[in-house]
Amino acid sequence: MSDSELKVEKITRGIVIDHIKVGNGLKIFNKLNLGELGKAIALLINVPSSKMGRKDIIKISDVLDLDLAMLVLIDPDITLDYIDEGKVIKKIKLELPNTVRGLLKCRNARCITSAESYLESIFYLVDSSSRTYCCHYCDEFLKV
Amino acid sequence: MIKKLVNPLDLSIQEYQHLFETGKTIYESPQNFTQLANSKILATLFYEPSTRTRMSFESAMFRLGGKVLSMADTSSSSVAKGESLADTIKTISNYVDIIVIRHPKDGSAEVAVKYSSVPVINAGDGAHHHPTQTLTDLFTLYMYRGKVSNNSFGFCGDLKYGRTVHSLITTLARYPEVNYYLISPEELQLPQHIKNSVLEVNPKATFNETSQMEEVLPNLDVLYMTRIQRERFFNEDDYLRLKDTFILDKNKVNMMKKDALIMHPLPRVSEITYEVDDDPRAIYFEQAKLGMYIRMALISLMLGLNTNR
Repeated sequence: MSDSELKVEKITRGIVIDHIKVGNGLKIFNKLNLGELGKAIALLINVPSSKMGRKDIIKISDVLDLDLAMLVLIDPDITLDYIDEGKVIKKIKLELPNTVRGLLKCRNARCITSAESYLESIFYLVDSSSRTYCCHYCDEFLKV
Repeated sequence: MIKKLVNPLDLSIQEYQHLFETGKTIYESPQNFTQLANSKILATLFYEPSTRTRMSFESAMFRLGGKVLSMADTSSSSVAKGESLADTIKTISNYVDIIVIRHPKDGSAEVAVKYSSVPVINAGDGAHHHPTQTLTDLFTLYMYRGKVSNNSFGFCGDLKYGRTVHSLITTLARYPEVNYYLISPEELQLPQHIKNSVLEVNPKATFNETSQMEEVLPNLDVLYMTRIQRERFFNEDDYLRLKDTFILDKNKVNMMKKDALIMHPLPRVSEITYEVDDDPRAIYFEQAKLGMYIRMALISLMLGLNTNR
């Protein structure tokens, strides 16, 4: 079966996570626990893209209020299309958040977060061009 | 009132100046402050070995008329039973008015601040910060020179892991006309992120790096010697190879300016020979003494005590 024969219907209401780097689609699907969402979801892997050559896409129907801001930590190039009544009502290119709580792990073996497991990790963005964060506790840099 | 001192940059230049003036007043007339912290209790929680820092804090508190509760050996405390740092701090802060903590993990003092109901002073968190050593170093300069600015500083030894060096270098960046001479083996050079921190605050700062201390000794107003710290190495062979790289002896001291200052956070191992101790430029033991007086000023400030007497 060729690429052109694989068609997935447009959604009339929901979110399209687009421009996902090939291989990250399944990662994002699992990270968001989309299998448990109870909605119709399409995960498209390795589809042709004029900009990227190949890409992954996730379409989530009937949901407009998912918090997806942290996806940029997995894939910096993704875009979000919010669709209602068949039209794109909002298009978002995600930016790195200034503060990330609980998602990143400090790589400094001497950091207190490696010893006290109840501590929620906290990272602050120090340089968006190099995608560098800094650990709140030990000041160790982390590139995402 | 200042609730925490975790990072030397937690204090403004004005607060440093206020502490220097208070420390000097206490140093000159300690008899006026013997009852200042009467009825106050300070806890020293030391999760790793320390002699001078812990005793300096405890002596400072006693000299202010306060009392001290000390946990100097974690093997005989609740820590040995597996208690978390958060629970220890929550509990201890019920008993005391101020906590001093030393802990081997980077960022531990920030955790203590989070869970404490009383002011917290970081007495060293891993290889991260040691702000009261910085305070001591700056106070020593203030007492000897009347100012911190307009000095050429040489930092010698372990510039990679040495927290006292990192803290002092980043804090000095806030003062004008400070030049840095960095003397270390290649493996122990100052990390780039520390240089970046300095340049953010002071874009005109210059770093002269060398592995030959003789090259730069004549240029220095202050030589800050440090020990190569065994506990910061993961590999014992690396420590043994590097530990005696720089030794300051009488011949090298003779290459320095007549009014230069030789400082060291102590303890010394072999990096300064004993013959240097008699040189008037060697002020490291006086520096340790001044550390106690500036800690008296700091404790007073953080307890909100009135030192204007």
